[in-house]
Amino acid sequence: MSKDKLEYLISRKDNQYEVIIGLEVHAQVTSESKLFSTSSTKFGAEPNTQVSLVDAAFPGMLPVINEFCVKQAIKTGIGLNAKINNRSVFDRKNYFYADLPQGYQISQFKDPIVGEGKVILDMPEGQKEIGIERLHLEQDAGKSIHDLDPQSTYVDLNRSGVALMEIVSKPDLRSPDEVSAYIKKLRSIMRYLGTCDGNMQEGSLRADVNVSVRAKGSKNLGTRCEIKNVNSIKFMQMAIDYEANRQVDLIEEGESIDQETRLFDTKKNETRSMRSKEDAHDYRYFPDPDLLPLEVSNEFIKKLKSEIPELPDDKKKRFIKDFKVSPYEANILVSDIDTAKYFEEVVSKMGKNKDIKLAVNWITGELFAVLNNKNLEISQSPISSKNLAILVNLIKNGTISGKIAKTVFELMMDGDKDPQKIVEEKGLKQQSDPKALEALIEKIINDNREKAIEYKQGKEKLFGFFVGQAMKASGGKANPQLINEILKKKL
Amino acid sequence: MSDITKQSLSELVKNIKEKKLSSNEVTKAFIDRSEKSKELNAYISEDYSSALEKAKKFDEKQNLDLKLPGIPIAVKDLFCTKNVRTTAGSKILNNFVPTYESTVTQNIWNEGAILLGKLNCDEFAMGSSNETSFFGNVQNPVDKNLVPGGSSGGSASAVAGQLTPITIGTDTGGSIRQPASFTGIVGLKPTYGSCSRYGIVAFASSLDQAGPMAQNVKDCALLQEIISTYDSKDSTSIDFKRNEYSKELTKNIKGKKIGIPKEYRVDGMPKEIEELWQKGIQYAKDCGAEIIDITLPHTSYALPAYYIVAPAEASSNLARYDGVKYGFRAKGENLIDMYEKTRSEGFGAEVQRRIMIGTYVLSSGYYDAYYLKAQKVRKLIKNDFDEVYKKVDAILTPSTPSSAFKIGEKKDDPVSMYLNDIFTVPVNLAGLPGISIPAGHDSKGYPLGLQIIGKAFDEQNILNIAYAMEEKISFKNKINDWWIK
Repeated sequence: MSKDKLEYLISRKDNQYEVIIGLEVHAQVTSESKLFSTSSTKFGAEPNTQVSLVDAAFPGMLPVINEFCVKQAIKTGIGLNAKINNRSVFDRKNYFYADLPQGYQISQFKDPIVGEGKVILDMPEGQKEIGIERLHLEQDAGKSIHDLDPQSTYVDLNRSGVALMEIVSKPDLRSPDEVSAYIKKLRSIMRYLGTCDGNMQEGSLRADVNVSVRAKGSKNLGTRCEIKNVNSIKFMQMAIDYEANRQVDLIEEGESIDQETRLFDTKKNETRSMRSKEDAHDYRYFPDPDLLPLEVSNEFIKKLKSEIPELPDDKKKRFIKDFKVSPYEANILVSDIDTAKYFEEVVSKMGKNKDIKLAVNWITGELFAVLNNKNLEISQSPISSKNLAILVNLIKNGTISGKIAKTVFELMMDGDKDPQKIVEEKGLKQQSDPKALEALIEKIINDNREKAIEYKQGKEKLFGFFVGQAMKASGGKANPQLINEILKKKL
Repeated sequence: MSDITKQSLSELVKNIKEKKLSSNEVTKAFIDRSEKSKELNAYISEDYSSALEKAKKFDEKQNLDLKLPGIPIAVKDLFCTKNVRTTAGSKILNNFVPTYESTVTQNIWNEGAILLGKLNCDEFAMGSSNETSFFGNVQNPVDKNLVPGGSSGGSASAVAGQLTPITIGTDTGGSIRQPASFTGIVGLKPTYGSCSRYGIVAFASSLDQAGPMAQNVKDCALLQEIISTYDSKDSTSIDFKRNEYSKELTKNIKGKKIGIPKEYRVDGMPKEIEELWQKGIQYAKDCGAEIIDITLPHTSYALPAYYIVAPAEASSNLARYDGVKYGFRAKGENLIDMYEKTRSEGFGAEVQRRIMIGTYVLSSGYYDAYYLKAQKVRKLIKNDFDEVYKKVDAILTPSTPSSAFKIGEKKDDPVSMYLNDIFTVPVNLAGLPGISIPAGHDSKGYPLGLQIIGKAFDEQNILNIAYAMEEKISFKNKINDWWIK
């Protein structure tokens, strides 16, 4: 298998295959209560403590739509540049399972709340548009726990009835890298909107991955397989890679691909057949007679539109325009809403004479390294935006050197200390007084007469030696630029 | 007073308010008669000791401003009642005790009523004779071995047999009106959305509606004004201005236009039913109403459409009875085996039949031909009514195509059983209110009912027409207490 620099292709002998991927992302709606009941949605509670009579499907219990979840779905639709449908319908998807108390999932089948939209990906080779087919609201099921007891299965209904948005992409994705970028972009948009926290560990974001392959250049779509419920970007990428190669091998051997649902085994790194098309459930969808069609007026949508914050694509444009950062830097800064927020705070706190480029370097360099090491989110940063702004300003106005700044940065982490105070207390202020530095340098030249002569005779390498000596003598605080200037004059 | 149970609700309320009777006396009287009436098999669960306690408590601190002051009432066992077993007439809920109360029953307790017990009904309200109940068939007080109708058969029998002064039933395709007709009492199916479905064991959600059953129209009106409330817990509940039906009840229906639909003159309908209808038309005229011939062209499609829509919804609504969370559970080798055994043993034959029909009509490849088409028919039926209501205020029809039949007579012939609903089903499909009032007897002395169908939310109008006609008809039920030894 070889990977072209720009194209993800699978090669066998003389044949090259293109991989076609579509995702059905299940994103948990950020909401205090469930889609059709008032129970809490908080993660990590004791099993079966967040279950109402509606969630457990007691006789005579009826669903009542949670307006907040509807607003969240519409906002997400707006964030995906999608058409918001004025009328949508809740359907019942019927199947039996122990963790599905009603015997059906309330979902939207024919008439989803959100129609076609699009998402822009920033790939190394340029921007790519991924089409959104639809977004619909549905209930989550409970959780079956099979490994607590050898005989029995335990059921936890805390998740039962929690609101999910199913976001269906068009089959526009062509590589594991694009899938990664797509998921990250979706997550970024939803986090900006506050409609889904995007936490994959807690299951707030998971996806069914549809994969098919076709000979490069072919216009027809191959038979697809659906890999169910993959809950990390890494696993999605591994699953796609495995599945695409499996399908190519079948074709190469002259066999056909069965349309089926498969599972990704994360331990063995392979996909396995779960059920074939013949065994596929007949979900017997029909409109839920307990719920009226959901109607939203244009005014309602307009009002929600006015509540939409600046989204990553617009923010990126603004950063490039207003702050003169590179598109690459802008991407990094806007990908996470908290990073963008932190960056803008630093910029605004740096005052008039600011060096934005320097600030970006410190955020994406030193700060990111620290966060990465300590496994922290930027919202948990040990250094506040205010103090980072002060630090950058201290460098910019020559109070400290970049090298000293690193020392100061280390010290700031202990309780988010004010860098100004650290510089004063530790006497780290840069020596920028030319007279003092001249005296210091004259002394060094006198102490190293022979080397000074060698330098004058042409051994220019020795210039570095004198700089080092001067820095050492000043305890690292001497302004390097001034030292250079004075040395050149005196030597 | 020895004839307490013979009194109508209005009389009982008056006597309690005037302190001529205590709640305790009234409750005791109905319990005594219920105890003597076990042969009717009207009850599934009795709650007598608790009822007596509540009656005593009521008498100690009487609140006579209430509309049902200390009145004991038994209700259909489809209403979930807090801490009182609720079975829906099914083995699968044989041991089910809700921790919650249905909105409709809560409404009557709020007005001072006291629960006597839970009344027998067809399993999950699926039936027209009360013979599908896991708890056995119910006798019609009119005659031994006669069905009381269904599915609210226990309710109809209990009111006709004076085991409860009034009751609440549910009506999905005629389950209040048909048994009311078979037992010689009054039964109202309100407009869809009038009474909350919260806490009522669901049969077919888009058709189910709770409603009052009583000895006379006035009692029926009073109960309707109590049970009909807007309820945010039911998304299909409708917030419209509800009348004080009993207060606004009038016999003055002069000039009301009443439509007679020709399509209700069905093949093979007994002559007695046609005669009853003609008599009804005459009574309406005597009351000053104007009779207008109308046409409801899609009537003949109502029954087939109903027997697609109702089972489709039921097949989904009953999926929750799977042995996992509550109710009956059979032992199984694994999950699927447990499901199959639980549902095979827990559901009776008629319920299984309807689950199968419903599953079939919703399955892929058949959905468009059955379910979708039935929904289109439903729309056409509603359009028929909308059209005639431009010309008339109400519609008069027989309630049923025959009088009550013998127990066992139609048990093995589901289609003939389904035909019982032919006059009542269109009303549910269109979501309209309909009332059945007793209007005469057939040659065997069995009661026959007339149905008055109204415009949506126009319960007051059909109650008024029923009230006026009731006086002219002056029906007397021929019940000789044959079951009391």
